[in-house]
Amino acid sequence: MKRKMVCALLMMVLLATPAFALSDAYKGNIYEVGKLKPVDSVLKVKVGEIAPGFTLPAVSGRKVSLADYRGKKNVVLSFVPAAWTPVCSDQWPGYNIVQELFEENDAVLLGISVDNIPTLYSWTNQMGHLWFEVLSDFWPHGAVASRLGILRSNGTAERAIIIIDKKGIIRYIDVHDINTRPPLESIILQLEKLRK
Amino acid sequence: MRKQVAVMMVMMILSLPALLGAETLPPQVGASLPDMKIQKPADSAGLKYLGLSGSGTFSADQVKAQALMIQIFSLYCPYCQKDAPNMNRFFSLMEANPRLRGKIKILGIGAGNTSFEVNTFKKKYKVEFPLVPDADFTIHKIIGEVRTPYFIVVKLGGPKKREVVYSRLGAHEDVEAFLAEVVRLTGIQQ
Repeated sequence: MKRKMVCALLMMVLLATPAFALSDAYKGNIYEVGKLKPVDSVLKVKVGEIAPGFTLPAVSGRKVSLADYRGKKNVVLSFVPAAWTPVCSDQWPGYNIVQELFEENDAVLLGISVDNIPTLYSWTNQMGHLWFEVLSDFWPHGAVASRLGILRSNGTAERAIIIIDKKGIIRYIDVHDINTRPPLESIILQLEKLRK
Repeated sequence: MRKQVAVMMVMMILSLPALLGAETLPPQVGASLPDMKIQKPADSAGLKYLGLSGSGTFSADQVKAQALMIQIFSLYCPYCQKDAPNMNRFFSLMEANPRLRGKIKILGIGAGNTSFEVNTFKKKYKVEFPLVPDADFTIHKIIGEVRTPYFIVVKLGGPKKREVVYSRLGAHEDVEAFLAEVVRLTGIQQ
């Protein structure tokens, strides 16, 4: 019985540590942030509501508006907390090889963080050529994240996935534990539901 | 007294992440690879290739081969993506060589990857050797939270169980040279 309890405690502690498998692509340039409070904000939007509009500058040099996709594409917003940090660096490169899964579901992906454009440019360059737009919610600082209720008290965004349909309605929100990456299938499954 | 022992045990357990994070090293050449419970491939081709059957987990010792090369990879790793064609070529070269075929097997373990993610990677890069998930990073933690891609080659069935003969970070552009090195280190007679 005692043995079982010790094993259970050990498992709990092991699982409580932040987990990531950092690619060698970043060499020694990733800043270790340790374990953070899983969620540190209060959502201001909910599923079924019209998503608040925004226009943000992209690393590509374009200005991207949510309204650009109204009536044309489903939109997946992938907010990540900060460039050059462990879990964030281990997220978008995965999305980068599944463009067809987004396209099959008539969706675009927009990556967003509160970092500025030069930082996002340097960081995303390590990921290879990204097929999706990467937007900077740097100034006014975190304004879009704040409007959605996913700006943390230290000024970074939550690790969040928000899916908006072609009518501009929020269909899915996952404000994920900042210490872990949302599994790819959670996004794809939700996109497939939009087709039904 | 019992209370003190209990407090000490809790303290020890709580200090484990720091100890593990700081001191768990990648497998060392000459040492034995820790006996890990690896998830069996979900597809029959993968099971057959490794000489396994059924579902659940397996140990490296159960693989039907003289040596096993483990690739720690991730769907989310740009270098693993770039290295995928090289790994496919490595596999093809081995399978095309009757003196090597069946003697060295390859297994990819997706660190932090779910079954869906591993299968997505397999499909995307048309990987023919088995890839299995390590969704909760259990194996990744045991082998020292290595960066990816990381390669471990172990000899099987020798006097030392799961003897590590190669343990290194990084992709391999020169596939022929890598294969020659693996053959040499495993001592497999061609």
